[in-house]
Amino acid sequence: MITLIWLELQKMFRKWRTYIGFIAIGFLAIVVQVALYFTGAKMIDFQMRGIEQSFVMVGNLFNGYFIARFILMALIIHIPFLIVIVGGDLLSGEATAGTYRMLLTRPASRFQVVTAKFIAGWISVLLLLVWLMFLSLIVSLLLFGSGPLLSFQGMKLVIIAQNDILWRFLCAYLFALISMSTVISISIFFSSFVQNAIGPIAATMAVIIIFLILSAIPIDFFQTIKPYLFTNHMSQWDGFFSDPVDYGEIFHSMWYLLAHIVVIYGITTYIFIKKDILS
Amino acid sequence: MDGTTLTRFIRLNHQTNGVILNSEQVIEVRGLTKKFGSLTAVNNLDLNVYRGDVFGFLGPNGAGKSTTIRMLLSLIKPTSGEMKIFGKSITKDRKEIFSKIGAIVEKPDFYLYLSAYKNLEILGKLSGADTSKKKIMSMLELVGLEKRYKSKVKTYSHGMKQRLGLAQALLHDPELIILDEPTTGLDPQGMKEIRDLIIYLSREKGKTIFLSSHILHEVELIATRMIIISKGTAQVEGTVEELLKSEKVVVTFEVDKIEEAMKTVNESKWKENFKSTSKSEINFELTKNEIALLNKYLIEKGILVSAVVPVRSLEDYFLRITEGGTK
Repeated sequence: MITLIWLELQKMFRKWRTYIGFIAIGFLAIVVQVALYFTGAKMIDFQMRGIEQSFVMVGNLFNGYFIARFILMALIIHIPFLIVIVGGDLLSGEATAGTYRMLLTRPASRFQVVTAKFIAGWISVLLLLVWLMFLSLIVSLLLFGSGPLLSFQGMKLVIIAQNDILWRFLCAYLFALISMSTVISISIFFSSFVQNAIGPIAATMAVIIIFLILSAIPIDFFQTIKPYLFTNHMSQWDGFFSDPVDYGEIFHSMWYLLAHIVVIYGITTYIFIKKDILS
Repeated sequence: MDGTTLTRFIRLNHQTNGVILNSEQVIEVRGLTKKFGSLTAVNNLDLNVYRGDVFGFLGPNGAGKSTTIRMLLSLIKPTSGEMKIFGKSITKDRKEIFSKIGAIVEKPDFYLYLSAYKNLEILGKLSGADTSKKKIMSMLELVGLEKRYKSKVKTYSHGMKQRLGLAQALLHDPELIILDEPTTGLDPQGMKEIRDLIIYLSREKGKTIFLSSHILHEVELIATRMIIISKGTAQVEGTVEELLKSEKVVVTFEVDKIEEAMKTVNESKWKENFKSTSKSEINFELTKNEIALLNKYLIEKGILVSAVVPVRSLEDYFLRITEGGTK
């Protein structure tokens, strides 16, 4: 199985499309950092305008942690668009190329092949998020220095002490990994039906966009179904920057997303094992 | 094995026609049926392939050859029937069986963005083959692609992909090699090389070859046994020699004195074998043995025979079987 996963990763990272996400995140993170470097102080001043008269703020508030969270909030909603480029091609790419015939006439079972594809997909998500973490957190800390994290929770301002921040970021990235793994799993699921990558990419994005729109419509019916839509649980990573952290809600969302991954993986595997390879 | 040794071997075996038949069944298929909705692609097919066979799998387009091969390789599920390879069930003993099979199914497709070398490395690892550089390069050398091993497969011609397909099928030294139209897209020289390679693999290496082809001449030249299928149903099965032995073929005799020759024929028992005549040719329907006897008879009667040209035997047989659909 390890060989299969390793071979899948080799195939994946020899396709240029795999690097689109890395290039896009690299570009966006750097652009945001440069923009904040020149104009970020004004932004902090603007946000602090209402409370400066009541509180004396000391220390470096415009620091690497603030920038990292800002980048995370700005990019995390768009990362699914980059992830599905890889996921949508994982199974359908083999059908397009006609390589199913080579791949599935080897000793490895279909169960092993599809499992290796899923694991390779999840690893690609992990690597993308590690790249995001490196650019948004590590580079920002190097450029802007450290300090307490200023976090606005609706009308509430939370200031998290410097020595209490790092674990929150790590947990947030870990949660993002689960969220994004759900997205790539859906794209692999769609990928198992078709013979080109466009369909699964479009279908996954359509599902996410439709669910986000439904969640935003202020009608009772949609608000009732909102808790059951996986997109509603994907933004729980931000819960780690609350004080106190609502672990109940975070774990509820986490299990909900993990259940989605398991069910989607199970269905895809079942379909793939039963499927006639005619390409 | 280098090219010179291969050529020497092929020549030797062509001369000795060294066919060794074995009774150990490698592929055993019983009542294999595949339906796609209302279309029956393969209907109650039985197959027996023995160790050391070069088994020709013949049939016109749409006869169900590729569907059968896809079922043998578990790419598609049969509607009903039983298949055993090496005496074992494909579903239960998949790992063991597939580590001993090399295959090309229809056109050979590869990861176009990877080099030939990398493709072989990946596919070899999936089969548990030795993927050392030496081994991979020796395979590429065998199929004449060693100079292009670094090139991405997207730059390869169809013929080169076909050769690479053979290399991937042989890399893990399989016992059974399933080849679906392996010479498609190759030039005559390439076709001959592949045929020679198949004969070498069968006779020297003891491999069992399951060869699907619509090129009848190819099967006639290299197959030891064959089956002809039409509309998903087996029409005939047996050794190539057996199937053709009692078959009458049309033979053209080129003679010097056509009128005298015709008079001689009409006065003899060969009149019954006469089919047609033209300027200097007379066509007869004869069995293999009768060809020599008629030739001898004409010469004894003072007719000079400058050529005896049999119409392609298997082709004729094949067309009759598949068009007529009778056993």
